[in-house]
Amino acid sequence: MKQAVRLVVNGQPRAGAAEARTSLADFLRDDLDLTGTHVGCEHGVCGACTVLLEGEPVRACLMLAVQAEGRSVMTIEGLAGADSGFPGSRLERGGGRRRASPNPAGIHGQTRAAVWFCTPGIVLTAEAFLRDTPSPSHEEIREMLAGNLCRCTGYHFIVEAIAEAARVMRRAQ
Amino acid sequence: MKPAPFEYHAARSAAEAVEVLARHGDAAKVLAGGQSLVPMLNFRLARPGVLVDINGAADLDYLREADGVLAVGALVRQRKLERWAADRAPLIAEALRLVGHVAIRNRGTAVGNLAHGDPASELPALLLCLDGAVVARRVGGERLIAAAELYLAPLTTSLAADEILAEARFTLPPAGAGWGFAEVARRHGDFALAGCAALLWLDGQGRIAGARLGFFGVGSTPVRGSAGEGLLLGLEPTPARLREAAQAARGGAVPRRGSARDGRLSPAGRGVLAERTLIAALERCGSRP
Repeated sequence: MKQAVRLVVNGQPRAGAAEARTSLADFLRDDLDLTGTHVGCEHGVCGACTVLLEGEPVRACLMLAVQAEGRSVMTIEGLAGADSGFPGSRLERGGGRRRASPNPAGIHGQTRAAVWFCTPGIVLTAEAFLRDTPSPSHEEIREMLAGNLCRCTGYHFIVEAIAEAARVMRRAQ
Repeated sequence: MKPAPFEYHAARSAAEAVEVLARHGDAAKVLAGGQSLVPMLNFRLARPGVLVDINGAADLDYLREADGVLAVGALVRQRKLERWAADRAPLIAEALRLVGHVAIRNRGTAVGNLAHGDPASELPALLLCLDGAVVARRVGGERLIAAAELYLAPLTTSLAADEILAEARFTLPPAGAGWGFAEVARRHGDFALAGCAALLWLDGQGRIAGARLGFFGVGSTPVRGSAGEGLLLGLEPTPARLREAAQAARGGAVPRRGSARDGRLSPAGRGVLAERTLIAALERCGSRP
């Protein structure tokens, strides 16, 4: 039996219906057609499904859709500005609402990711992290990244991309 | 995978939650943060007929400190407790920093972690180390369960099927107490192979007035290092005594089969962890003359 779920996604009120056992990740993908939220391990380890719930990162595979009733969720699509195209974020835009960085390749180019599966979760985790920690050390970035698996890069370039994004964002302020 | 179907109850209060539990008993599971239960549902390792969701039970969302005891309601997220403890109880903050990752702690509750009873988890050992207890509530009453009486086996507590773990109580260390916390894990946030929490405080003469050791990942339940604690009381803290106490405490832990080669820490390794945490605790003792 499905029950109604009403929530705010990326600033827009959305409604759908879900069985109690449906995860928030599957609901976002299958019912709201927001397929930027990736489903990897389905037990909270890989971090690919990370979304922001009331601004804080959570695993969408470990939340039931019905638990999001009345809550505010941001997915990777919400970070993609109209001007920058998917995937966008502060990282890609280089801080602020407009692109402050002369490097439009952003995190995509900088991370040298090959398949991109992990990236939405990393970008959203980094979004909240850089909001709270505008001047992170490499050690802090590595600790933040420990919650997201990437099987392509070995992480080094992702750490560099986040450090660079932090610098660009600080300059933009 | 996806969970098997279940009947879902969103409880709006602790009283409503225990009422549903009383009706369904063994068939029901309590859903708090879901960071341990939902993976088990997704893999169908757990197939409860009924889920009682307490995320809407606002009366369980509180942190209270009184008379040196910190009371943590069942809905307090680990991240909230971590932030609260950062200035006031650094041992608790440090232990929480190693529980999963930020995205896990934003959702996972401290009490849910305690109720799950994973012997490799940090918080049950911390509850033991801090002379803690939990409040188990059922329809018509509640009882206090000391940390030492809570854990029976891996993922098995002395909680009855119709009880919810409504609150955890941590005895905060006395002013000036030093603390140490160490674990061995393959990656930050991974389940620890083993770990140890230590507290140490001194009297006016610089002798040890209190010592606490709690181990995780060393057996089927968290283990208190009582044998080592007793060796230190009333004595001046010397490196040799801390080592002796660490060795004795590690002996109190039930050895697990296997060795470091299959991903477990040897007894010698546990002794080293205990010694390091005791040394760290001594270095942080505020009242050291």
